[in-house]
Amino acid sequence: MSLIKNAFSDGPILIPYITAGDPDQEATVEYVAALVRGGAKIIELGLPFSEPIADGPIIQEAINRALEAGMTPRKFFELVSMMDCEVPIVVMTYYNIVHQYGEIPIESFVSDSVKCGISGMIIPDLPVEEADLLLKICNENGVDLIFIIAPTTREQRIEKIMEKISGFVYVQARLGTTGVHKDVSQTTYESLDRLREYNIPKAVGFGVSNADQAAEIIESGADGVIAGSVFVDMIDKGRMEGVRREDTGRLLEEKARELVRGIGGGTENNKP
Amino acid sequence: MNSTKFGKYGGQYVPEVLMPAISELTSAYENYVKNNKDGFMDDFFDRLRDFGGRPTPLYKAERLSERYGREIYLKREDLLHGGAHKLNNALGQCLLAKYMGKDRIIAETGAGQHGTATAMAASYLGLDCEIYMGKKDINRQRPNVFRMEINGAKVNPVERGSGTLKEAINETLRDWSKSVDTTHYVIGSVVGPHPFPKMVRDFQAIISQEAREQIQVEIGRLPDSVVACAGGGSNAMGAFYNFLQDEQVNLIAVEAGGKGIEAESEGKIAHHSASLTIGKEGVLHGARTKILQDADGQIVESHSISAGLDYAGVGPELAYLVDEGRVIPRIVRDENAIEAFFLLSEMEGIIPALETSHAIGYLENHVEGDLGEIVIVNLSGRGDKDVETVIEESHRLGLKNQTMDRIKKGI
Repeated sequence: MSLIKNAFSDGPILIPYITAGDPDQEATVEYVAALVRGGAKIIELGLPFSEPIADGPIIQEAINRALEAGMTPRKFFELVSMMDCEVPIVVMTYYNIVHQYGEIPIESFVSDSVKCGISGMIIPDLPVEEADLLLKICNENGVDLIFIIAPTTREQRIEKIMEKISGFVYVQARLGTTGVHKDVSQTTYESLDRLREYNIPKAVGFGVSNADQAAEIIESGADGVIAGSVFVDMIDKGRMEGVRREDTGRLLEEKARELVRGIGGGTENNKP
Repeated sequence: MNSTKFGKYGGQYVPEVLMPAISELTSAYENYVKNNKDGFMDDFFDRLRDFGGRPTPLYKAERLSERYGREIYLKREDLLHGGAHKLNNALGQCLLAKYMGKDRIIAETGAGQHGTATAMAASYLGLDCEIYMGKKDINRQRPNVFRMEINGAKVNPVERGSGTLKEAINETLRDWSKSVDTTHYVIGSVVGPHPFPKMVRDFQAIISQEAREQIQVEIGRLPDSVVACAGGGSNAMGAFYNFLQDEQVNLIAVEAGGKGIEAESEGKIAHHSASLTIGKEGVLHGARTKILQDADGQIVESHSISAGLDYAGVGPELAYLVDEGRVIPRIVRDENAIEAFFLLSEMEGIIPALETSHAIGYLENHVEGDLGEIVIVNLSGRGDKDVETVIEESHRLGLKNQTMDRIKKGI
């Protein structure tokens, strides 16, 4: 079983997202550790691309800050190696970054991902139709390629995606881009319903920000909750208000704990 | 199944949320555009005639011909309603949206020409219309912003990044991913995911369909070359398409050389928009194509004095045709485009768009052997919108021109 699938084996989990290098690399190391202390069982780490068409304003700004602070794919891999994270890491980036990296398009990116301990990939601008090459290389290297199911994705496409997916399925809770929303949308329930028969962990993202939402999502049949913009926003506020990195880290840890309580896993990692 | 690609270029690199809309659009394209379902294409051509003013003339520019010692014919897309070739595509897509039962239109715009054409077509067909436009472009193309608003469109400024076409496309894609059920995205060039590059090309192909007939009626033979400017590449694809099989006709795509392609890039900024000439293969805005990018795959900001050419990517079919050797990419720099702007205005009484001025500028700055004796230049748009920019830029570049001297003296 892949490390990612394994992460779901003790009940529903929290998967936080942050952008690597926002506002700098040292902060990312600290924040990932904080999120893991708060109970995250998988970390989704954004590798910045200059044209993030699937992301809303909060994550777009984080990506810009990271790029301005000098984040590059090579530095990203160094950073992940250095973190030595105890939970699986999934890289979230866009296809041009994967395509452009290293000597051999696609292959170099996957093999360097493996070397630094990355377990999976989410490439939001790579639908299954275009994914064959990356999928083949990921399979050869034991990396999970995670696809998104959108509210607009209907049965036939779901089947097509499910034939190729590994790790977990990323259920996009609502139309549009990433961001913070107060409620759980009806489309979440409908999407989870469509996926009920598939035996793969289902994690819901796009707009999750509090414990009640997390609880609702799990009650409606999800195995995981993905939350990004809420953490990224806290990092940005901390940066703007000049809060010390450790203190922002503590806030992230608390937020993660809150979401984990909502999820009801109660399996917070209590290591220091 | 019809391919989504041109060789290795093209494809559909978009978020999953848009894939169903893209599939729906692909079927609509196959049915209505390719197979004339419900007489769609007949309706389109009738409307291009009655609303758009087609066919546009192919006009022999006598004084230019004399100057260059070749026969120069201008395909007058500047005379199409709205003042540019953009209406061919905007009208085609808005009409298609109507046939598909969508009542809201969104579009990005760079120079404002596509936004203007879309606002006109949407108003004519009774569709709601919102246009995304970069802040920098809004500032340098004020008249077009007013035109869009007067036609009833809402113009949404995009503040992020460099505030040009690239960001406007990003933001329109984001809108579309929220609104796919009711909304059609009228993309402005032969870019984006399949079926956009083919569909936009098919709507623009009327340019070369007419020009090919017109030149044969006029002189009884095909031209030696067709010259068109290329940013995203829709007027170029439209002007080239029906000549692709005529191997004796050179097809020349003139890109914005900006301050020169040899000029050193500064960080994330290139000093030109020459993606066909020196772009590297990559994926941008839904398609695999030639792109201006850095070694990590981050897209760099392009530069051109002309907002309509200021784009880091290019249509995937053009990228393919360049690799195949069928289309020759060439560049014309900012100052040469401005010179051509004055030249055509003074010698032929036509003020060309700054985009188009690059194609005209190529007549003066051509590579030996490209043009031949009979040349068709696609006069893709008129330049009223650019007058202010030209005044400022010629002053900045210190260009010597009699007209400019008079303007500066206030005569």
